Amino acid sequence: MNFKDMDVVSIRDFSRAQIEEILERARSMLPYAKGEKVTRALEGKVLGNLFFEPSTRTRLSFESAANRLGAKVIDVSQTSSTSIIKGETLADTIRMVEAYSDAIVLRHPHEGAARLAAHFSAKPVINAGDGAGSHPTQTLLDLFTIQEELGSIEGMNVIILGDLKYGRTAHSLAEALTVFGAKLTFVAPETLQMPKDTVEQVRRLGGDPVITDDIEGEISSADVLYITRIQQERFPDPAEYQKVAGAYRVDKAMLREAKKDLIVMHPLPRIDEISPEVDETQHAKYFKQAFNGIPVRMALLTSVLGVDI
Amino acid sequence: MKEFKVTPIRNGTVIDHIDCGQALNVLRILGINEHNVDSTVSVLMHVASQKTAWKDVVKVEDRELDKQTVDKIALISPKATIDIIRDFNVAEKYKVLLSDRVVELVRCGNPNCITNKSEPVRPEFDVEARDPPLLRCVYCDRVLEEITENLI
Repeated sequence: MNFKDMDVVSIRDFSRAQIEEILERARSMLPYAKGEKVTRALEGKVLGNLFFEPSTRTRLSFESAANRLGAKVIDVSQTSSTSIIKGETLADTIRMVEAYSDAIVLRHPHEGAARLAAHFSAKPVINAGDGAGSHPTQTLLDLFTIQEELGSIEGMNVIILGDLKYGRTAHSLAEALTVFGAKLTFVAPETLQMPKDTVEQVRRLGGDPVITDDIEGEISSADVLYITRIQQERFPDPAEYQKVAGAYRVDKAMLREAKKDLIVMHPLPRIDEISPEVDETQHAKYFKQAFNGIPVRMALLTSVLGVDI
Repeated sequence: MKEFKVTPIRNGTVIDHIDCGQALNVLRILGINEHNVDSTVSVLMHVASQKTAWKDVVKVEDRELDKQTVDKIALISPKATIDIIRDFNVAEKYKVLLSDRVVELVRCGNPNCITNKSEPVRPEFDVEARDPPLLRCVYCDRVLEEITENLI
C-alpha cells in the first residue's frame, strides 16, 4: 500500500484497509519507539512542526517520533513568534514552510486549517488538530491502543464518556470504531451528548449506538471505557459544571463491577474525570495510550514520506 | 377559456415550481430590486400546483440566467424548473440540478471555519443530498444548516 505524499487531514480520508496497514506499521515501530532498536530511516529529512495552539503530547510526540527516525524538526510553537502576527495568511505561511521542509504537521485553532494547508502544499500535511474539527492521529493511536491491549476492535463494547458534544476526539473515534465493528455506548448529560450529525453518520456506517446519561448501568459489559474531559469553560454556571463533573468521575468504586480486562482510556490532559487511585489498577491504559502516539506517528511519518524500515 | 393571472412574456425566463415561500429569495439571488431592472418582473406566490400542493413562480423579462444563478436557485428550491422564452415560445426547458460540488455559492455557516478567516480560498461544499440539499464544507467538514442565510 502506498501512502507517499498522502495528506492526513481526517480519519474519513482512510479506508479500513489503510488504517489496518498504518496500525501494522505502528506495531513494527514499537522497538524503535522504545529506544530498543535504532534507525536513521528519515536521516536528511526535515519536519515542519507548526503548532498555533497549545499542545503538550501531540507536539512532543511528533518531535520524538521524528527524532527516533533520524529526521530534523523545525518548529513554531506560538503565533507571536511568526509573521502571522503581522497579518500573514496561513496559506502564505504554509507555502513558506513547504519550501523549508519535507512534511508539515499542523495544529491550528480554526476548523478546516489542515485541509487548507493540504491545498497549498504539495508536501504531505498531517493534521494535529484543527479547532473543534478533527484530530486523526489521535484516533489512530486510540485504535492502536485498543488493538494492542485487547487483540481486536471488532465486537468490543466501547463506552465513550464525557463531553461528547465539543470533544473533537470523540466524534472521529466513534466513526472509526464503527467502521471496525465495535459496539458503542455514548454516556453524557443531555447537554453534552454526541451531536446528531455524528450519531447519524455512525448509523449510516452500520452502527447502533446506545445513548444514555447513566454510566453505572453500562460499566459491567464494557471492554473499553474511553473518557474525555468535560470542559469547564462550556458551562455558564460553575455549580452546574461541578454537578456534571462529579457524576462522571471514574474511581475504583465505579470499576468494581467492571470486567477484569476492561481498559480505561483518556486522550489527556485529565482534570478530575479519573481519580488518581485508578492509575494503579490494571485497567488504566491512558499513559500507555499517550506513549502509543510515538509508534503511530512514526508509522505515519515514514508512510507519507515513502520510506520503509 | 384559460385565465392568465400574468400575461405571457416575449423574451426572458420563467422560474417555475419554486418552493412555496422562496420567491423573494429567488429575487435576491437574481439581484433584482426596484432600481436595477428596466423590464417587467412578475412574482407569483402561493400558486396551486399539480406536482406539489403550492408553488411560487418568478418571470423575468429580457434576461436569461447563467449557470451560477441557476445553481443558487437549486440550493433553495431543488424542484424548480427554468423555461427560457424567446419570441413567446419556450426555447429551452430544464430542471435545476446541483452538481456534486458547490463552489463559491454559499459561505460556511461555521464562524470558526478557515474559509471565514480572510484566507485566499473559496468556500466549497460537497453535495451529499439534493432534495432537500445537504451540503458539507470541504474544509471544516460541517453540514451547512442555514443555506438561504449564507448565500453569497
